[in-house]
Amino acid sequence: MGKRRVAVVGVGLTKFVRRAQETGPELSHQAVKMALDSAELKLKDIDMVTLGTAPDAFDGVHMKGEYLLSGAGGNNKPYIRNFVGGGTGVFAPIHGWMHVASGAADICMVVAEEKMSSCHPHPQGAFLTIFDHTTEQPLKPTLIWIFALEMRRYMEAYGLKGEDIARVAVKNKANALDHPSAQIAEKVTIEDVMNSEMLADPVHRLDISPASDGAAAMILASEDVAKRLTDKPIWLDGVGWNLDTSYWATKDLYYPRYVEKAARMAYDMAGIKEPSKEIHIAEPYDPFDYKELHHMEGLMLCERGQAAQMTADGVTARDGNLPVCPSGGALGVGNPIAATGLMKVIEIYLQLKGEAGKRQVPGDPRVGVAQAWGDLMQVGTVTVLRR
Amino acid sequence: MTIDKVPVKGLSSQEYEKALKVTWQPDLQYAWDNGIAIGKYLEALKDGKILGARCEECGRIMLPARSFCELCWRPTDEYLPVKDTGVVNTFSICNVNWDASRLKPEEPRHLPAVIEIDGASAGMGILHILGNVDPKDIKIGMKVKAKWKPEKEREGCITDILYFEPV
Repeated sequence: MGKRRVAVVGVGLTKFVRRAQETGPELSHQAVKMALDSAELKLKDIDMVTLGTAPDAFDGVHMKGEYLLSGAGGNNKPYIRNFVGGGTGVFAPIHGWMHVASGAADICMVVAEEKMSSCHPHPQGAFLTIFDHTTEQPLKPTLIWIFALEMRRYMEAYGLKGEDIARVAVKNKANALDHPSAQIAEKVTIEDVMNSEMLADPVHRLDISPASDGAAAMILASEDVAKRLTDKPIWLDGVGWNLDTSYWATKDLYYPRYVEKAARMAYDMAGIKEPSKEIHIAEPYDPFDYKELHHMEGLMLCERGQAAQMTADGVTARDGNLPVCPSGGALGVGNPIAATGLMKVIEIYLQLKGEAGKRQVPGDPRVGVAQAWGDLMQVGTVTVLRR
Repeated sequence: MTIDKVPVKGLSSQEYEKALKVTWQPDLQYAWDNGIAIGKYLEALKDGKILGARCEECGRIMLPARSFCELCWRPTDEYLPVKDTGVVNTFSICNVNWDASRLKPEEPRHLPAVIEIDGASAGMGILHILGNVDPKDIKIGMKVKAKWKPEKEREGCITDILYFEPV
């Protein structure tokens, strides 16, 4: 049996904030309601619902899928929660794609929610148990260690300086000034980034995205349904995901080979042979500024080690030849983990439709890629959208 | 549709302080079984050795010790000690604690590193910390050696190695 073609027909997004008064179900409800309104659909039109949300430890709520059920619009429907750590937000639409491509559903609601602010004194503490409980946790690791270790390895591999990487934070925080959901959009300079507090050498405070609360939603439909609903369907034409070893210290951190594998899976499905030429716009996951460069290379949008130079040359600016994170990314819009990934897929959708408003990139883009990443530096999730 | 208005406003710190809320501070405890392979790994640490496992099919000597090879999908053939020396693959000088609080100026910095251990297959690293070194002298590629706890104080834990120090 062949796969059915799947289209995006509606999207919704809340503002990303440090502390939302709304509960997780209330955040989800806002995003889902907006997505239904945008597609002119009612909840009863939705066949199935899938929800992505990151660790239960943020919320201190077990069975988080069930906790969020009502706000996700999943009551009395085939409903399931999906989870691959930081890769969840882009996996959520992949999971929705499975529902529709397989023929199980004609219309599937995809929801991604995160409320990190419930965890005190800081949600970073909730990440402790990602490390191996026996061989690593006794060393009292912190989440930021793995980023610092990976960033230094990446810089060493290509002889990059902190300034080469800070450019990404400067670009994305400025791009976010045009995003209505943005939490930390601002004009900063490379010097501002380099002079911000050194958290874990080489990582400065402005190299990092914030902790956030927020939700996003996307409605997927089969080809026949999509053509009834819209004159301008945007197709989810390629999906890929891949997990590398959990023995994270035994692989070379300079290159995310799992992102490449996920990208190859998605590109093969979408018929893309030369990603650097055929992809017009990209939203790689950027929880840290070096991650955008790392992921551009894993997505094969440039040669290995060339992403920093491309950024310096302005190629990845909103008006460059290959706009990267025109939304403002996690560094500017904010980083409610799962919701961030889906925000990126939404950005590609809006850009391909020509409906990104002040953020619209020039050049009439027709093919875009969104990607997320997570767990112990081991998961890549990739979607290719096409007009 | 263009998204130009989005719901949710967010609370300022002052609004948050004033808001009604329910709090919970759990006091759960977990005790994790070591398992077969890591059990041997910890016993070896108590003995002052770092234990790997070898797979005859791919020829890899893996760290930490494993009871099965996840690539060849078969049991490993042998547990064997590797050296307690290695090379710094990457490192950080970290000013932040696990809960995002900051180290005081007088406290020593956290010095996490990935150390590729001699005698294991190329690239087989472990997470540990560096010590007895001025942070500004740490370099990728630096040769280091385990500084063990005195034998009587070892308890079969990764912290039986206090830190890795320059050779």
